[in-house]
Amino acid sequence: MYMFIEQALNGLQYSALLFLLSAGLTLIFGIMNVVNLAHGSFYMVGAFCAASAVAITGSFGVAILAAIVSSAVYGLIVERLIISRLYHRDHLDQVLATLGVIFFSNALVTLVFGRSPPFVDIPPFLSGAVPILPGLNYPVMRLAFIGAGVLVAVLLWLLISRTRVGMLVRAGADDSETVEALGINIRRLFMLVFGLGALLCGFAGVMAAPLLAVEIGMGEKILITTFVVIVVGGVGSVRGALVGSLLVGLTDSLGRAYIPIYMSQVLPPTYADSVSSSLVSASIYILMALVLLIKPRGLIPAQR
Amino acid sequence: MTRKSIVVALIFALLFLVPPIGNATGETFLVSMVTRFVIYALAAVSLDLVLGYGAMVSFGHAAFFGVGGYVVAILGFHMDMGDTLFGWAGTSSALIIWPLAMVVAGLVGLVMGALSLRTTGVQFIMITLAFAQMLYFVLVGLVQYGGDDGLSITSRNIIPGLNIDNDATFYYLCLVLLLVWVALCRRLVNSPFGMVLRGFKQNERRNVNLGYAPTRYKLTAFVISAAGTGLAGALWANYALYASPDMASWLKSGEFMAMIVLGGMGTIFGPILGSAVYLGLEQVLTAWTENWMLFLGPVLVLVVLFSRRGIFGWLIGGRNND
Repeated sequence: MYMFIEQALNGLQYSALLFLLSAGLTLIFGIMNVVNLAHGSFYMVGAFCAASAVAITGSFGVAILAAIVSSAVYGLIVERLIISRLYHRDHLDQVLATLGVIFFSNALVTLVFGRSPPFVDIPPFLSGAVPILPGLNYPVMRLAFIGAGVLVAVLLWLLISRTRVGMLVRAGADDSETVEALGINIRRLFMLVFGLGALLCGFAGVMAAPLLAVEIGMGEKILITTFVVIVVGGVGSVRGALVGSLLVGLTDSLGRAYIPIYMSQVLPPTYADSVSSSLVSASIYILMALVLLIKPRGLIPAQR
Repeated sequence: MTRKSIVVALIFALLFLVPPIGNATGETFLVSMVTRFVIYALAAVSLDLVLGYGAMVSFGHAAFFGVGGYVVAILGFHMDMGDTLFGWAGTSSALIIWPLAMVVAGLVGLVMGALSLRTTGVQFIMITLAFAQMLYFVLVGLVQYGGDDGLSITSRNIIPGLNIDNDATFYYLCLVLLLVWVALCRRLVNSPFGMVLRGFKQNERRNVNLGYAPTRYKLTAFVISAAGTGLAGALWANYALYASPDMASWLKSGEFMAMIVLGGMGTIFGPILGSAVYLGLEQVLTAWTENWMLFLGPVLVLVVLFSRRGIFGWLIGGRNND
C-alpha cells in the first residue's frame, strides 16, 4: 500500500512537470496552429540558466528568476524571428524549421555552458523528507513540485476563465480567424501565448533541475511525452492538458513500478526482463493508442 | 528532351560514374559516401510518397528504417548462434531477407497507419512520432539483441552470382534498387490510384464527395512507403554491418523530412538530391567544426523559410513541378 502511495506521488510529480510543459504547447497548437518542436529547447535553456545562476549566486530564488526570464526571452526571440513567418505555412515547414531551432539551441547551449552537465543541489528549505503517513517519508522537493503544478494550474484557470486576455485566448482556440475579424490584434495575442508557454517551460526547467539530469537533449526527451499528453488530452485545451498530464504521469510511474512485478510472475525469467522493460517504456504510447481508438480528437478537445 | 529529363538523366549518370571516378582519383571513401546517399535516398523517396503526394506528414518513418535493419540483424544473429527463430533455422540469402524486411516494415506500417490515420494535421504528426518512439523503446528493451548498444552483423547477406562484400558491387546494387523503386513510385503516382491520392492532398472534401474513401487510399500509400523505407533499413544494416535503436530515433525521421524539403517535395527525384546535399553538408560541417549543429540548424530554417520548391524544383525551373 505504501508503495502504491509513493509511486502515485511520483506519478503526480511527473504529471506536474508534464502539465507545465504541455499547457503552453497545447495553446500554441490550438490557437496559433503551429507545430513547435522547439518547446523542449526553452525548457533546456531554463534549466541550464537556473543551474548556472545557482552556481554563481547560490540562491534558488535567483535561479527561478533567471530560468523564467531567459526562457521567455529566448522564446520571444524565436517567435519573432522564425515562428511568426510560419503561421500560414503548412505543418511540415513548421516541423522542419523548429527542428532547425532544436539543432541550433543544443549547439548554442553546449557552446555557452559547456558539455559537462551542471549539478543543482536541492535548496535547503526544500531538502529532506516529511512523513506524510506514519512510516512513510516523502521528499519535500517533490511535494513542492506537485504544489507548483497545482498553483500554476489554478493561476492558469483564473487567467483563462476570469480575465479579458483569457477570454481572447479561449476565443482564439475556438476560431482565431473570427477573433481577428473582430478587430483583435491576433499577432500580439500569439506573441503573448508563445511567451507564456516559454515562461512556463523555464519554470518547469528550474523545478526539474534538482531532480532530473540537466543535460543537452533533455528537452527532446520530454517533448515527445508532452506530445502524447496533448494527443490524449485533446489539442488546444488546458483542461485537456491537465487530464492528459495526470493520466500519462500516473500510467508511466505506476507502470514502472508494477509491470515488472506482474511480468516476473507471468513469464519465465529469460523473457520477463526484456518484455517488461519494453512494456514499461511503451505503456504511455499504448495508453495513447487506446484513447485514439475511442476518441480520435482526444479526451477534452477545444471546440471547433 | 525536356529540361527535367536532362536533369534526371544527369543525376543518375553521375551516380553511375562515381566508382570509376573514385578509382581514378584514388578517393576510395567516395564509394562508401555515395552508398550512404543512395540508401538514404531510397528512404526519402519512399517518405515523399506519403509526404509529397498524400499530404500525410509522417514524423515516424525512422521506425520502418529501424525495423528493416533489425530484420537483417536479428536473422544474422540467429544464423551466427546456430539456433532457430520460431523454429526456423534462418537464412543469409538477401533474396529472402530483404523482401521479408519490406513485409515486416509494411505490416508495422499497416498497424501504425491504421491507428494514426484516425487523426489528421497536427495530431497525425505527433502520433506517428510517438509510435516511432515507442518502437525505439521496444528496440532498446530487446536485451538479448544488444538493447541500447545494438547488434553487430558479421557479414553481408548473400546474393547468388554477386559478391556484395565488394563495396562497388554493393553500391551498384543499391543504386539499381533505387532506380527500380523510383520507377515504381513514378508509375504509382501517375496511376489512377496516385491521382486519387493527390486529389486528397489538394482537397479532401472534394475527393470524398467524388466517392473515394480516404483511409483506404492513404493507408495503402502509407504501407507501400513503409515497405520502401524498410528496404532502405535492410540495405543500411548491410552497409554498416550494424543495427541499433538509433536507426529508429526521431532525429532520423526529421532528417528524412529535411532531405525531402531540401530536394523538393512531391517530385520523387528531388529527395535523391536532398539526401546527397544534406549528408554532404553534414560531412563538410563535421569535418570543419565540432559545433556543426550550430550551422546546420540555421541552414535548415533558411531553407524552409526561403526555398519553397527545393533544389530539384530550382534545377528544372518553370512552374511544372510534376
